[in-house]
Amino acid sequence: MIDPVLSVNQCQQRWQDWLQQFAKPAPPPSHPLPLKALTVADLPWLLSKDASIVLRHSWPLAAALKRQRFGPVVSLFAPLYLSNLCSNECSYCGFSRSANVSRTILSPEQALTEVTYIQKLGLHQVLLVTGEHERKVGVEYLAMQIQSLRARVSWLGLECQPLTQAAYQQLAHIGLDQVAVYQETYDPKAYAKHHLFGKKTDMMWRLDTPDRVGRAGIARISMGVLLGLSDWRLDLCLLIEHIVQLQRAYPALAISVALPRLRPCYGQTEQQSGLSDLQYLQALAAVKCVLPDVELVQSTRDSAPLRDLILTELASSASAGSQTAPGGYAAAANQQAGALAQFVIDDKRSPAEICQMLRRHQVMPLLKDWLAPYGRSFHPLHTG
Amino acid sequence: MLTIAHQTFQSRLFLGSGKFSSVDTMLRAAEASGCQMVTLALKRWQQGLGECDLVTPLLQLGVQILPNTAGARTAHEAVLAAELAREALGTSWIKLEIHPDARYLLPDPKATLEAAETLVQRGFIVLPYCSADPWHCLQLQEVGCAAVMPLGAPIGSNQGLQTRAMLEIIIDQLQVPVIVDAGIGRPSDAALALELGADAVLVNTAIASSASPVSMAMAFRHACLAGEQAFAAGLGQPGPALATSPLWQFLEPSS
Repeated sequence: MIDPVLSVNQCQQRWQDWLQQFAKPAPPPSHPLPLKALTVADLPWLLSKDASIVLRHSWPLAAALKRQRFGPVVSLFAPLYLSNLCSNECSYCGFSRSANVSRTILSPEQALTEVTYIQKLGLHQVLLVTGEHERKVGVEYLAMQIQSLRARVSWLGLECQPLTQAAYQQLAHIGLDQVAVYQETYDPKAYAKHHLFGKKTDMMWRLDTPDRVGRAGIARISMGVLLGLSDWRLDLCLLIEHIVQLQRAYPALAISVALPRLRPCYGQTEQQSGLSDLQYLQALAAVKCVLPDVELVQSTRDSAPLRDLILTELASSASAGSQTAPGGYAAAANQQAGALAQFVIDDKRSPAEICQMLRRHQVMPLLKDWLAPYGRSFHPLHTG
Repeated sequence: MLTIAHQTFQSRLFLGSGKFSSVDTMLRAAEASGCQMVTLALKRWQQGLGECDLVTPLLQLGVQILPNTAGARTAHEAVLAAELAREALGTSWIKLEIHPDARYLLPDPKATLEAAETLVQRGFIVLPYCSADPWHCLQLQEVGCAAVMPLGAPIGSNQGLQTRAMLEIIIDQLQVPVIVDAGIGRPSDAALALELGADAVLVNTAIASSASPVSMAMAFRHACLAGEQAFAAGLGQPGPALATSPLWQFLEPSS
């Protein structure tokens, strides 16, 4: 059995260590800011209390690092919710198993219809999303959908329950380009408090997922935390440390980061992350300053003005025109009431409007950035 | 005059088309640079991309398009991509790029050599992006590559000719053209490469992500002319034979 790069015990220990770091006053980095990345040691300053002051330094550096590494380019994709069935009970999510909502699992025909509507919107890169249900929405179902949809899109990602390494290998072979799996929080106490039933209660299984994805030879992984579940600063520090270790262990695995903030959803209409917009920008800039090779992904959960700023300066990848309910694209196109959406979307602009906005700011929208043969046959080096 | 696979080029500057803020900026930079060949990642090309299409306007500009296999992580994937490129774009020229390293985009020498050999056998004109390793470059030449493209520094790093010592050896040893690709950050880096005797340079990030890509493209054009002319004028070459009497003339038999 190969050891994962991060264990639950280590999370516990590192959580305490970072807590101590933040208890002390943090001076800004002693060197002036050339176009060189900062390090993990700079995180107490990057994430210190006055976001407005820190951003004056960190934002220009983050934007310059992004521009050099990726250019003024943003890749656009659409989430495609295949199913809202879920066997977990998570305190913050509208798809929780106890939530009294009608459940849907799309058939291959229905998923193809969704893709047709997505393509009408101008998008060719698709992230398949499901709730977590091993029995009814398991590897067989996912493989069937991937096989069915692969030829119709230029890039295919998957956000679902953590799978085994063998399952990831199987799916990569038939056309999976990216896996998205979010740890939610690295604080073992908060993790236990918010995940009450189902396989998701197993923190170690989730923590080991990026290792399994890396060993399976998948080309890309998207990781992140749900800001607001615990102390957001400490969660960011653990996330960054986790990524640094993963980059060393799996050098061929491209890593991107999303930092969704806790937002109201069905059954949880009052929950909020506690992070201001400025603090959210501070978080994004901190990740980019320390990990310049990691792409930042921006969802439609945030408002249009905030997204404009992030998309034109810092993010490399964004969803646009999103529908977060299974069958949502068809329903929206036909102006019908659809199934339950996972979370409330704030930026409802169409992909065409987003492209216009980007071009106005001299940023190139990228609608295609992959080739079907890529990612089907890679055997990774495992240096961990 | 630069010749690669029986084709001549006036300009020794090639351009990468990625990382530009708009199609229009890329076209204007290409024009300002005077380049005659532009690389295009095949993974970004698709028929019917409309406003995002780079191929049609580039062809209208009169530049040659060199598709690349960026994104491929194995020889097998790169070969498939090259075949797709030939079919889609009607060219047998291919820039072979295999960089599974997700952070530094450094090339996989084993996969590159394997793919190069296969593609040459299938009639492709192969220009491989490769490590600045002299023996590896000789192997690529041996399997039939039309040129070699050793890196100066990691892609997008703007660090200049970090591999200078190796590049000088490669320039000395190779018979096919040597095109320094990746890491060139300033016009002076490009001038230096050509002064050292490289046959051409490929530049992308330094131009595309600069504040004024069109001006920067022009600066690179001038720099490449300077480097080329300096090399032709004898810079860095052994000096001419002594015309004046050598010190040991007294030893020579009197005629």
